Amino acid sequence: MSATTETRNSLPVGTWNVDPVHSQVGFAVEYVVGTFRGSFSPVDAKLEVGEDGRAVLTGKAPVTGVKVQDENLNTHLQSPDFFDAERTPEISFGSTDIRRDGDEIAIDGELTIRGLTQPVELRGTITDPADDPFGGVRFALKLETTVDRTKFGLNWNNPLPNGQPSLANEVELTADLFLVKE
Amino acid sequence: MKVLGISGSVRRESYNRRLLAAAAELLPPGVDFELWDGLKAVPPYDEDDDGDIAPAPVAELRAAIAGADAVLIATPEYNSSIPGALKNAIDWASRPIATNVLRNKPVAVIGASTGAFGAVWAQAELRKVLAATGARVVDVEVVVGHADERFDADGRLIGDELRTELVEAVGMLVAEAHPELAAAAA
Repeated sequence: MSATTETRNSLPVGTWNVDPVHSQVGFAVEYVVGTFRGSFSPVDAKLEVGEDGRAVLTGKAPVTGVKVQDENLNTHLQSPDFFDAERTPEISFGSTDIRRDGDEIAIDGELTIRGLTQPVELRGTITDPADDPFGGVRFALKLETTVDRTKFGLNWNNPLPNGQPSLANEVELTADLFLVKE
Repeated sequence: MKVLGISGSVRRESYNRRLLAAAAELLPPGVDFELWDGLKAVPPYDEDDDGDIAPAPVAELRAAIAGADAVLIATPEYNSSIPGALKNAIDWASRPIATNVLRNKPVAVIGASTGAFGAVWAQAELRKVLAATGARVVDVEVVVGHADERFDADGRLIGDELRTELVEAVGMLVAEAHPELAAAAA
């Protein structure tokens, strides 16, 4: 039983690369009256876990890969009003500490958007590695955090008729990562 | 480097055109200034006319913006907002949205009016409109109120304080487009 306990509190050793087809990084933010969602793709991420248990998760996505359901809004999001794709073409993340407790995982790290880096804590779940139908081994991370977009220089807003801002500052970020053993 | 000046007023004796002329003289060395004077000829925006071949005044505007490293717009204020002709020209310039000539273009807004408030609302609304086009809007404001008292008989700007504000504003615009030129002037 001790071996099982150890496995459930450590990460699978090896180099794990993201499966970009099935992985997604998304955002959700309150806009006017409800929740507005979008995503970034393709996602590039890698988890490296050493024999000693030390683990580092890194990830990045191109700002030009921001996806919403309107081409004009895509364009606006890439402009200096929001992500400024011309000058800061990438959002990126690098972990500083990873803790696992059974199916739950917490990852401290630094998130960089628009050239500004802020500490974040990602929380979520982890699955155990399993053989996939393509001859590989994979597991999944499901992560989320909430950030204040204005700390990354994304300050756009537009007042509602009642004078209140139409777009919230708090943004929920989610990542569904399929990680495949190298 | 070239800065394109656009006056939101088409009047022959426009204070905003004078303000642009004053700004042109205060640009750092190595920065050229060109005034685009075609605002009056731009037709009302009509998507039916916005095809592969744009109306000539629109094509000239788009080419002028595309050929400049930065744009300086001086606007008056009509009914607490942007003059219609200027807004219309920006609407033309902003099409098609994904590849429009204002996209990522450093732009600064200044303004003069004969009232006390120096087109401050028009400037704020113009910055918002320009940001929506995808322009790189510089966070400056030059407010010239009582414009009829702020220029001498030769059309030169009166007052060291205003001149200093204008130097700072054009310096920030140049820095946004070409930081090395602004650094050399400092």
